[in-house]
Parts: sequence; C-alpha cells; structure tokens
Amino acid sequence: MLILHCPYCGVMADETELAPGGEAHLRRAGPESSDEEFMAYLFERENPRGVHFERWRHALGCGKWFHAARDTATLEVFGTYPAQVTEPPEALLETIREKRPGWQWRDLK
Amino acid sequence: MLVKVDRRRGAEGFCSVSELAPRGMITLRGDLSAKKLQAAAMAAAGVKAFPGRLGAVVEGERAILWFSPDELLILCPKAEVGEALEKLGKALKGTHHLAADVSDARAIFAVAGKSAREVLAKLTPADVSPEALPAGMVRRSRLAQVPAAFWPSGEDRFEIIAFRSVADYVFELLATAARTGGEVGWFAR
Repeated sequence: MLILHCPYCGVMADETELAPGGEAHLRRAGPESSDEEFMAYLFERENPRGVHFERWRHALGCGKWFHAARDTATLEVFGTYPAQVTEPPEALLETIREKRPGWQWRDLK
Repeated sequence: MLVKVDRRRGAEGFCSVSELAPRGMITLRGDLSAKKLQAAAMAAAGVKAFPGRLGAVVEGERAILWFSPDELLILCPKAEVGEALEKLGKALKGTHHLAADVSDARAIFAVAGKSAREVLAKLTPADVSPEALPAGMVRRSRLAQVPAAFWPSGEDRFEIIAFRSVADYVFELLATAARTGGEVGWFAR
C-alpha cells in the first residue's frame, strides 16, 4: 500500500484515493518525428525494478495530477512533486543518489 | 453486510446518522488567491472568513469549503442559491472564473455523537483524528467505495457530502458503522 503526499492539497493520500497515470516525463514525438520515434513515444515504457518516476492523480481528493518518485521493489517513496515540470527537481534526484547509488532511469542518474 | 435503513427516518446507534434537508451548493473555480474572488465568495456564502488550504469556514448552514487549489464549494440555504449566483456573477464580471449551481449533485448527511470520528474512521483511509481533522478543516476522500467530503460542524458532529446517486449507499454505510455495539473507542476521551 502506497501513501503519497499530495503536493497540492498537502494531505497524505492513501493509494485508494489516487488514480495511477503511468510513467512520468514522457515527451511527445511530434509531427516531424520518424515512425520509430512515434512508436517509442506511444508504446515503449520503463518497467524498472527499483527507482521509478510516475504520474498520479489525487482522484478522490483535490483532483490534481502530480509526480511521484519511488522504488518499485521496496515501495519506498523518495518524494512527490507538482506536475508542471518536465523533469524531477534536483533536490529529489540528490536524495535518490544518496539512497540508491548508481541508479539510472532513462537518461536520469 | 450493510444494515437496511430508511434514510428518510435517520438511524440511531452509538451515533445518530441523518440526512439533512437539501442545501444550496455552488462550485466556484478560479484564482483563490485573488482578493476579488475571496470577497465575492464570502459575500455569496454569507460568511466572514475565507478558508486556506484544506480549510472550511462553517457558520451554521453556510460554509465555504476548500476543495482544491482552484476550487471551492459554497454552501448556503437552498432558497438563496439564485441570489448567490447572481452576486458572484456581478462581482466577478470580467474575471476568469466558473460558478455553477450544483445543489442537486450531492446529498448531505450529519453524524452526531461522542464517537462521530469513529464512524468516519471505519469508512475512510483519511486521518480523521482530532489533530489531523480539527474544526475548520475539510477532507475530501472516500467512504468505502465512493468519493465523499466531510468536515467537523460543531462539537462531536460531522457533516458529510456525497454524490446523490450513491446517497442510499452512503447512508447505509454510515448507519452500519454507527450501529450499537460497534464502538471501537480509539478516539475516546
């Protein structure tokens, strides 16, 4: 069971109050992209055992989307942050580097 | 198993559960930090303060509930909804906002009794301890399988709103959780 801090309303939200939104920080492949790039954008997802970045929506609470960084193996939550960013905040990455030396997720490490 | 109860009659257990008369409800969305919107909301609701994050300003039947960073629910007597909407429309003319009468969308209940918190605690994953949910706060969460919002509305009393389409279910949940013999004593004083 996950309990995530909603960065918008500030409550500790139980997993059952939340709706999962899949992988975070996807970048849309635009009209100029190749078929391979567009296919990767549509279908290729990370499925790590360890550090992962996800989108969640506080569906039964304030209704806002936010991001969460967590470990899929231990369910440790490294932190949550607002949705209006294209990459995780540096402070959070630093925390993860401390806790999981050598981790990598797409081009983040 | 849920107890079968007639929600028009209310239910008595270690707490009393009742459905309240239809209340006027207005959804107001916009920039909640704007003084203009705050003043308009207070005037429409007829209350003297504006809630902060997770806040609830409750004055009898009237209230402003903080629902999200850009959404409020205004409660007022049902007969005053038209007037309140008109006030909002006039005060916020030219300001980006949305005000809608949603009085018929939700049903409103009250749970009263010394262990009212326990009734909620059995049904929601939200922390309903006196420290986490004191007077002046509102929490949107779920009751068993449906969304709901609840707030303290006086000594040992909570008001609860849930969608009207699931009102029977919510009433039976509350009545079952409040059944005599089901006291837990977690929040006992």
